[in-house]
Amino acid sequence: MSDSQHQPDRQSSKPWFYRRAVIDSIFWGLVGLCAVLGLADLVYHRHTLFSFESFPGIYGIFGFISCVFIVFAGIGLRKLVMRDEDYYDR
Amino acid sequence: MIANLSPGLILILGGLLVPLVHGRARQVFMLALPVLGGLQLIGLEHGLHGQIGIFDYTLTFARVDKLSLIFGAIFLIASFYNTIYSLHENDVMEQVAAPVYAGAAIGAVFAGDLISLFIFWELTAISSVFLIWSRRTAKATSVGLRYLVIQVGSGVILLAGVILYANKTGSIAFNHIGLNDLASWLILIAFGIKAAFPFLHNWLQDAYPEATVTGTVVLSAFKTKLAVYALARGFPGTEMLIYVGIVMTAFPVFFAVIENDMRRVLAYSLNNQVGFMVAAIGVGTPLALNGAAAHAFVHIIYKSLLFMSMGAVLYRVGTIKASELGGLYRSMPITTVFCIIGAASISAFPLFSGFVAKSLELSAMAEEGYVFAWVVLVFASAGVLHHSGIKIPYFAFFAHDSGLRCKEAPPNMLIAMAIPAFLCIAIGVYPEPLYALLPFPVNYEPYTTSHVLSQLQLVLFSCLAFAVLWRTRVYPPEMRSTNLNTDWVYRKALPALVVWLMRVGSEVRRGALFRAQTRLDRFIMQVYRHHGPGGIMARTWLTGNSVLWVALLLGGYLLIYFLRRA
Repeated sequence: MSDSQHQPDRQSSKPWFYRRAVIDSIFWGLVGLCAVLGLADLVYHRHTLFSFESFPGIYGIFGFISCVFIVFAGIGLRKLVMRDEDYYDR
Repeated sequence: MIANLSPGLILILGGLLVPLVHGRARQVFMLALPVLGGLQLIGLEHGLHGQIGIFDYTLTFARVDKLSLIFGAIFLIASFYNTIYSLHENDVMEQVAAPVYAGAAIGAVFAGDLISLFIFWELTAISSVFLIWSRRTAKATSVGLRYLVIQVGSGVILLAGVILYANKTGSIAFNHIGLNDLASWLILIAFGIKAAFPFLHNWLQDAYPEATVTGTVVLSAFKTKLAVYALARGFPGTEMLIYVGIVMTAFPVFFAVIENDMRRVLAYSLNNQVGFMVAAIGVGTPLALNGAAAHAFVHIIYKSLLFMSMGAVLYRVGTIKASELGGLYRSMPITTVFCIIGAASISAFPLFSGFVAKSLELSAMAEEGYVFAWVVLVFASAGVLHHSGIKIPYFAFFAHDSGLRCKEAPPNMLIAMAIPAFLCIAIGVYPEPLYALLPFPVNYEPYTTSHVLSQLQLVLFSCLAFAVLWRTRVYPPEMRSTNLNTDWVYRKALPALVVWLMRVGSEVRRGALFRAQTRLDRFIMQVYRHHGPGGIMARTWLTGNSVLWVALLLGGYLLIYFLRRA
């Protein structure tokens, strides 16, 4: 995605997925969709089994935080468990 | 068709006959096996069939009820499209192993007693290893050996448990066992190894990615789901399984994020998905068991699809490392679409199969009030979206353009992928036929506004998190690497311990030998000193001296004799 930002003059010759305009459209489209889904909780009262589920946008917040946590935990885990590719062959 | 014969036996016997058929006829024959098995399954009547008496026990080769039927059905469906997927291959070892392995899994599902379950259990182990060895590399050989030891070990533990169980209860019928004594613990551990419980799991990530392109697809379908079936049959409502299950769902997501081999990412994801099923079995209510069965059914389909798409990439490009892939959507557009369908299904997007199955499990968990377990499952749902829903399609087909250009997957692979892709959408859109197959009556509506809204929020915000991290370059780059896991214990630590013990043992032995040698030398020197040429014992003794000594000895003897008589 972001590597395309350094070569604006070559944008038109790039495959469609690597054009900045396409990538930006996908990204901001996703942001818009998430905003709509988050706001939907303000107008629609969801049926829930647990009381904390009724907090507006709770699933979105939880999903976002979970994924960020997983990535940062993964970065930390790499320091602990990552070895060379041929580690077991040596 | 032989009335009420286990469909598994058709695949096993048919698989053994494969080498006798050649050319195009072999392909037709191989395709006919799951079809014949399917026809047999449709004709089965509920009840116990194929019973044989051995000693005091009765073996039951076809116990037909709704639980065995749904697992048998999906195993046959998977066997059918797997066969199509491998039609371009002409490796007879794999062509025999695949149907025998599928047949063994189906045979185990229909086994009504623990002895026949054990027989088929071991047959799945022995037949499946050939799917790894078919790759014919040194690495595959050693991986296959490790895999075989662990799988056969699971069977041996199962046998020990069965013997104890039969001794105690006087029955070998395979019904609800429950966790109450050593026998049941042994049986549970045997099932747990096959289901890849935490710390018993690493054979899965070790072995599956090292099999052939087609072998991995076959491997992924049966073994762990057979274990899920066995747990659902023997240990429903065992609360410990809830906690085992949630650990299974949570911990692989971290390893999957940093894993470079895409088929290994899917192996971690498989572990995570089976965790949902195990947790649901632990809850044990009809809704939860329906959820576990439905999830196993759809999981086999979308996981096959994902493994197939990665297999197609490996087949065409020669590598499946994320660090070397990217941009393949231009070369393999149809495979890309199929992969995205599989990814959407495993991520439980509404209108895809994962959504209608996983919902049952989560609802069952929530209804029984397991709040913490439920939260972990929702977290794991976000995690699976992250590594299987996004990472797999994105790094293989999009991300950075790797410059790799290749042909689209072969036609047979595309046809094979089209079947599960169709099923992923069909079941997602219209889940009623799947619900009708479930073990208990279903009164469940997955498509409520609340449910759809919640799930869409979860998955789309998770996608957004990935997009933000990728855009800001926080997301860790894919790197050629090996990530340590529990297999480190038996691949590095134990061998190192053995080497250390041998070295220490050798030094102890050398020291002991040295000491013994020194003592022996000293002894010989002593003997030499006394008996050698200059020794006292070597001197010439006078005859008179000898007579004196003899007289003294005789005198002593007489004295002792006299004293004893006195």
